[in-house]
Amino acid sequence: MKARVYVMPKAGVLDPQGKAIGHALEGLGFAGVSDVRAGKVIELDLAETDAAKAKAAAEDMARKLLANTVIESFRVEIA
Amino acid sequence: MKSAVIVFPGTNRERDMRTALKRVTGRDPLMLFHREELPKDLDLVVLAGGFSYGDYLRCGAMAAQSPIMRDVKDFAAKGGHILGVCNGFQILIEAGLLPGGLLRNASLRFLSMDCHMRVERAGTAFTSRWQKGAIFRAPMAHGDGNYFADDATLDRLEGEGLVAFRYTDENGTVTEAANRNGSARNIAGILSPNLRICGLMPHPEDLVDPLMGGTDGLPMFESLADAFVAA
Repeated sequence: MKARVYVMPKAGVLDPQGKAIGHALEGLGFAGVSDVRAGKVIELDLAETDAAKAKAAAEDMARKLLANTVIESFRVEIA
Repeated sequence: MKSAVIVFPGTNRERDMRTALKRVTGRDPLMLFHREELPKDLDLVVLAGGFSYGDYLRCGAMAAQSPIMRDVKDFAAKGGHILGVCNGFQILIEAGLLPGGLLRNASLRFLSMDCHMRVERAGTAFTSRWQKGAIFRAPMAHGDGNYFADDATLDRLEGEGLVAFRYTDENGTVTEAANRNGSARNIAGILSPNLRICGLMPHPEDLVDPLMGGTDGLPMFESLADAFVAA
């Protein structure tokens, strides 16, 4: 079972990387991009076959290591 | 003073730290690789700067999970003194031994330059040789030193006198320009509630000898030597 963990800078936490990407898009002539936030996606291959259990396990991994919940939020998708 | 410097793969400032510790104590600290065990009779553990584990995932995140950090956490729980500089500060935060987070510098640039700091909390094992309000210079070299914590945490740190150092100009004034990495409330270094764990981004260990261009950082190591004078 595959789990995909999306890790994003928390709302309210400055995201200078996202800001820089926004400026670059503007420089390329893409208008109307009001905000850019940059995060990361971590894909996990899990032996677990129960979707709910796989999700709970991935969330536990995110809390303990994959995200720093002081500055980042996360969301888990099971595929 | 019996001290140990922890060396992770990618740590690169451990020898600077050894020089500083040896200068004030006359003896070499132990240099411990991340797979070794922490001896029981240490006074001070130092996490030095560098790029442990290539800064994978987040700066300090991998090192915080390495075997020796279990011993370091036990050492902290027993009231041991720990100094973390630069990547060492990032590791202390990722290990949950100090609060907050260190984000990418607000400018997105790697900063390699001198900065000035004001001593906000004197009278600790790390700062006793300074007066409160003293200003000193230190080199900094980091990409992720932008200290962040929520307002409640920042208020608590300030209220309990746990902000150790703040970025200022050379006259000791807190300015936005002096806060090169964008840290919340110009915070450069913090202390644990028991005042025995200290983390900061700049490198006092790199200004401990006139040959290095100054001795601004020496009081930190003299303070530590004083704290463990009998040991």
